[in-house]
Amino acid sequence: MQTGWPILSVLIWLPTLAGVLLLVLGDRSAAVARWVALLTSVATFLVSIVLWRDFDSTTAAMQFVERQPWIGAFNAWYHLGVDGISMPLIVLTTFITPLVVIAGWTVIEKRPAQYLAAFLILEGLMIGVFAALDAMLFYVLWEAMLIPMFVIIGVWGGPRRVYATLKFFLYTFLGSVLMLVALVYLYLQGGSYSIADMQAMPLGLREQVAIFMAFLVAFAVKVPMWPVHTWLPDAHVEAPTGGSVILAAIMLKMGGYGFLRFSLPIAPDASRELDWLIIALSLTAVVYIGFVALVQQDMKKLVAYSSIAHMGFVTLGAFAAFQIFENTGSVTGAAMGLDGAMVQMISHGLISGALFFCIGVLYDRMHSRQIADYGGVINTMPAFGAFMVLFAMANAGLPGTSGFVGEFLVILASFRASFWYAFLAGMTLILGAAYTLWLVKRVVFGPVGNSHVAELEDLNGREYLVLGVLAVAVLALGLWPAPLLEVMRPTIEQLVQQLMLTKL
Amino acid sequence: MNPASITRLDLVLAAPEIFLLTAVCVILLVDLFLDDERRVVTFVLSLVALAGAAWVTARTGVDARTVAWHGNYVADPLGTLLKLVAYGAVAVVFLYSYGYLYVRRLIKGEFFVLGLFALLGIMVLISASSLVTLYLGVELLALSMYALVAYNRDSGVAAEAAIKYFVLGSIASGALLYGMSMVYGITGSLQLGQVSESVAAFGPNQIGLLFGLAFIIVGIAFKFGAVPFHMWVPDVYHGAPTPVTLFLSSAPKLASFALAFRLLAEGLGGLHDGWQDMLIAVAVLSMAIGNVVAVAQTNLKRMLAYSTISHVGFILMGILAGTSEGYQAALYYTITYVIMAIGGFGMIILLSRRGFEAERLDDFKGLNARSPWFAAVMLMLMFSMAGVPPFVGFWAKLAVIQAALDVGLLWLAIVAVVFSVIGAYYYLRVVKLMYFDEPTERAPLEGSSSFRFVLSANGVAVLLLGMYPGLLLAICARVFS
Repeated sequence: MQTGWPILSVLIWLPTLAGVLLLVLGDRSAAVARWVALLTSVATFLVSIVLWRDFDSTTAAMQFVERQPWIGAFNAWYHLGVDGISMPLIVLTTFITPLVVIAGWTVIEKRPAQYLAAFLILEGLMIGVFAALDAMLFYVLWEAMLIPMFVIIGVWGGPRRVYATLKFFLYTFLGSVLMLVALVYLYLQGGSYSIADMQAMPLGLREQVAIFMAFLVAFAVKVPMWPVHTWLPDAHVEAPTGGSVILAAIMLKMGGYGFLRFSLPIAPDASRELDWLIIALSLTAVVYIGFVALVQQDMKKLVAYSSIAHMGFVTLGAFAAFQIFENTGSVTGAAMGLDGAMVQMISHGLISGALFFCIGVLYDRMHSRQIADYGGVINTMPAFGAFMVLFAMANAGLPGTSGFVGEFLVILASFRASFWYAFLAGMTLILGAAYTLWLVKRVVFGPVGNSHVAELEDLNGREYLVLGVLAVAVLALGLWPAPLLEVMRPTIEQLVQQLMLTKL
Repeated sequence: MNPASITRLDLVLAAPEIFLLTAVCVILLVDLFLDDERRVVTFVLSLVALAGAAWVTARTGVDARTVAWHGNYVADPLGTLLKLVAYGAVAVVFLYSYGYLYVRRLIKGEFFVLGLFALLGIMVLISASSLVTLYLGVELLALSMYALVAYNRDSGVAAEAAIKYFVLGSIASGALLYGMSMVYGITGSLQLGQVSESVAAFGPNQIGLLFGLAFIIVGIAFKFGAVPFHMWVPDVYHGAPTPVTLFLSSAPKLASFALAFRLLAEGLGGLHDGWQDMLIAVAVLSMAIGNVVAVAQTNLKRMLAYSTISHVGFILMGILAGTSEGYQAALYYTITYVIMAIGGFGMIILLSRRGFEAERLDDFKGLNARSPWFAAVMLMLMFSMAGVPPFVGFWAKLAVIQAALDVGLLWLAIVAVVFSVIGAYYYLRVVKLMYFDEPTERAPLEGSSSFRFVLSANGVAVLLLGMYPGLLLAICARVFS
């Protein structure tokens, strides 16, 4: 469906330009900067609601398409559009950003205008990444996104922020440049940077494998998959709360989105040949990283490792499709894995974001992320304790929360691929429960750990708002995931059909 | 040459050079009657001369390649574009330099006169169509630059740099001349058009021509500052007064591109297989050594010198493709590099003041606290040099990588992107110093408002050209069609 106005451009440029405006205004008035940031991000969210409302969930075609000439010399276009995969991710982005703005309201004292500007510009770029239908536009936004995040971690981060942010930047940059080479190669073969043209282009198996590997490096770093995940715990631990939330909730999703938008449809035969590799890496992430999470002493690190494990489900669900189709011949069966992957991405965005907010609440009061420094928080912060327990349960995949839906769909789908996949993936129900509930036990429950904990104050209005909104979203998606699944269905079915055809 | 054989067309086509030469002579004379306090007149006259030259160039520009002066001079759209960019670059260099030189009592007319003579050399080189004219341009540019590097006569470092530059530059000129003499001896002609025909007749394996080619490559690589002929670059960039470094890093790069294009593509195009292999080695070494050694620098001028070396590797990567797309990409890279380099050295000048040279990386510490706007300008310049979109440096890298992939050099493209990741580290370090560290220096930034304005425009240009790269790319494509 096409609205009369360029809704996607508004979504991209509204926050970006507001961010630039904040940079121009500077730090003279923190209050003005906060209100500008809040109003812009809420307005962006409302526009994205319109996007959702007007979205036609009966078709797999791209909607709200905008196409303007951009770079004649490279045949690159300013080409935007959304389908059932990208639209929910855009709404997730616009949903999380206002919460980040609210969460940083009084906490950020150092250069608040620049802080908020970085997040607004980042929001615009992230929406652009999900909406881009031109590979060059996608790449430009994908890389540009690193700049605000680099600054956010580096300026407002913890003691080892410089190390963490350089590692974050260089890791992702190295991954992406190889993708760039692959994109240029595809352009030279087909004469177009349009993603749809690249998906339709016939390619030999050797070419596909090379392209697949180049994409794999870029997206695996972003997801992140084991063994290229090591930047994530560092970045998370050092980033300010808002940075961790955006990183976990949205930036990691870009890796998953990249697999669905680029790797699978552009190199389907290579994906079929190499699905064992992705599945093996995903299961390693789920099981091994689950154990690693168990032994963490730092709350943020624990949630970071849990993110890696949960993102393993996304890649597992996406790449199990081939074996499911082989075993059952059923397109809907294969689609279930992809459904699960998508739901898992959205749900993990909400849950991991919420958990990082919770840790931020504690950190603002105690300035410590060490689990050992806490204990019995529930005695002084009962409301906080309730939220924390809810999100921890969701993280462990408790039915009724969004965490359950994604994991359940992926495990169910992987049963049809192989019993052992499902068995290993199912381990996470035990491991995930173990590390999150143990975290909750040590931090929230038990007797009051020390005098600092005894002096804690419960949530204030802002924190109530942020965590409350997230709790509603987690429960809503858990109890009634149908609207999300319906929005995605035609796109995912079309994707599965694309995968089952060979490009050779 | 018999004066009677000079046609009106010859004079019209060479009008920019004739105009600038006349203007420089006038400025030289006028300057004799000025004292230091009124040196601003020289400065303004120089800018007027540049504007006049731009006007003349635009008026006499040709749509198609035209050879004049008995085959020694060529006017083509490429030449017009390169000259216009060179005027702009030199004008900005003068603008950035004036305040710096003024407060240090270094403001002499020679700076502008030598700068304009160097520009004249660049123009001669750009429009050269014979080996002799090329060499003439190379020497006029080089001699002016040697003198400019030693411009601050009280500085020992600058004198040392000038001597190094002079000695090594002379050797390189000798190599270039020797290579040219081989080519002349075998082809029997000095004019590039005839050389090209003759080379085609000999085929790609004439051993004497390849021998001459090797020396010509040495000369070109030296003028570019490419590895392994890069030794002079860090020392000269470091030792020269910052305005001279600024000059050296900008317009002469356009000349180096013109030198490479005229000699290799137009003259020795038939030996493409030979010079492609040589340039691949030079390009890979430049990207490797430039990027890796830059990481170890603590002096910003030296760091930017090594960064130049790595950028030259990328420019050569476009040239060595040997296709029209490759030359376009190299031209585009050169122009964008000039814009970025001017901005980078402009920032050093902005942070410097009388008695204090902001040359060390640590001098940029906490710039965001002192001036958020200029920290943002430097951030844009650094990310652009690192090749991160949406800044213009990314498109330059993309264009050359595309050109290399187009001729099947996949491995070279991968080497290039990997080294650009290594290079990103030292640019990020500058951003880290400006944003993540607290300032050790609290003095407010100096610099006239016009300087600040142009420097700001320079930074914004890097962003805008990056967000909408189509225009400049189209211009670069048009001059080769």
